[in-house]
Amino acid sequence: MIQAIFEYEFLQNAFLTGLIIGVIAPLLGAFIVVRRLSLIADALSHVTLSGIAASLFLSKTFVVFNGLNPLWLGMGFSVAGSLFIERLRTVYKHYQELAIPIILSGGIGIGVIFISLADGFNTDLFSYLFGSVSAVSRSDLWLILAIAVTVISVVILLYKELFLLSFDEEYGKASGLSTRFLHLVFMIMVALVIAASMRIVGILLVSSLMTLPVAAAMRVARGFKQTIFFSIAFGETAVIFGLFSAFYLDLAPGGTIVLSSILILLTAIAFKKLQAMRK
Amino acid sequence: MESSNVIELKNIHYRYDRDLVLTNINLAVPKGAFLGIVGPNGSGKSTMLKIILGLQKPRKGSVVLFGQQQSKFREWERIGYVSQKANAFNTGFPATVYEVVASGLTKKAGLFRMIGNKRRPQIEKAIQAVSMEEFMDRNIGELSGGQQQRVFIARAIVSEPDVLILDEPTVGVDSKNVQTFYDMLERLNKELSITLMLVTHDIGTITNKVTHVACLNNTMHFHGSTEDFEQVKDNELSQFYGHDVQRLHHDHDHSNEAPTL
Repeated sequence: MIQAIFEYEFLQNAFLTGLIIGVIAPLLGAFIVVRRLSLIADALSHVTLSGIAASLFLSKTFVVFNGLNPLWLGMGFSVAGSLFIERLRTVYKHYQELAIPIILSGGIGIGVIFISLADGFNTDLFSYLFGSVSAVSRSDLWLILAIAVTVISVVILLYKELFLLSFDEEYGKASGLSTRFLHLVFMIMVALVIAASMRIVGILLVSSLMTLPVAAAMRVARGFKQTIFFSIAFGETAVIFGLFSAFYLDLAPGGTIVLSSILILLTAIAFKKLQAMRK
Repeated sequence: MESSNVIELKNIHYRYDRDLVLTNINLAVPKGAFLGIVGPNGSGKSTMLKIILGLQKPRKGSVVLFGQQQSKFREWERIGYVSQKANAFNTGFPATVYEVVASGLTKKAGLFRMIGNKRRPQIEKAIQAVSMEEFMDRNIGELSGGQQQRVFIARAIVSEPDVLILDEPTVGVDSKNVQTFYDMLERLNKELSITLMLVTHDIGTITNKVTHVACLNNTMHFHGSTEDFEQVKDNELSQFYGHDVQRLHHDHDHSNEAPTL
């Protein structure tokens, strides 16, 4: 594959995109997991599906939309979904998790309608659902790179605020932090990262790249910064290993990346057990 | 211009649903004081602290912080806060003691600034002040309740605040360590001259530490110096604690200063 990467542009696209999301998905994932928002990431990815389906339908039906990159509408839907979740969470103050099934089923519902309108499944859609090694275009790569630069800058600039928001929201408020605004910024970043990641891991498996490396890192790391670094290291390993095996075995990379992540997770759990036994 | 009172509450009313939680609360905390706030469950003690911190908005009345109206007050790093641990934090959080204490500098460091190595001595000093230096690189979840609470005090004092507000900090601290905990608070008050406001159930323990006492039961029953409180103590406390006072004083074994009924 190394040689092939230099020869084929599509492989370069897939590989570089994979490396980028291997950083940003676990980076945000660390915050998502400790804030117990893992399921919200899942709900948002399904909203992205409706955006993708809408875009595929539009480009098929109206000539004007032909050539429109579905990533844009997917991203738009995802961000809108994140704002809607926030709205729902204030409406159902005592049942905040209700926002998840509402958004999740809503996302699939709208997605299915557009899919049927566009005359059912095609390979394009399949690649959005489970990721693809061959479908990442140059324009996808640029868009994903832009998202990554934005997200990484925001996390670095607002690291201490995001840490406080995650660790102890009430204390953050008491020290004069605008937690509502911060949370909103955070949710929009999650939406962007989901849109960026789905090209490689697929909509249905996006949340796994945000949570599994973090779950593994939490077993072995000490402190939050270390948790983030380990998460990214595990995420990158899973992406690289997953992309290579997907390429050689001709499989959807979403599946191979998730299985690699699970393998890493199991190793981390076993490592911790062994360490405890030796003591 | 700053008055000698660091915190003043004037005629505060607060309502939760239909219940009046606080009625006509007036309170003045002089600079350098160690104020103990006592009162039964549901008397509005925590609510009063939250109003001071701006976490709850009163229906009526005004809050003055360092001589400034609360709505205009921006120097929140001057007020440290230690909440009731149990409901405020997630014990599985993968953060070290050092990271938790460093997060107390969030406001002081300023937006878009990192808490870098330059501030390391300051953070270590706060950790030493609560005698937790040997646990600096441990994850917070691995510590006992009392140790965690000390870490939260370090987080609250790292920004070198003028006032420290503590909401029942000894909940979850085993009774052996409660006394050392209060000794530490006394040291912060005397040596670092931090004004302290403490909500507590340990009436017996605090009367020989605090300089001022406030008895709260939806209204302010008593507010003044500890000497004045000694005169009216028995009467005041039995009014709203009833037999609980008796039980409390056995629990904490301070028979000489606990009120009798």
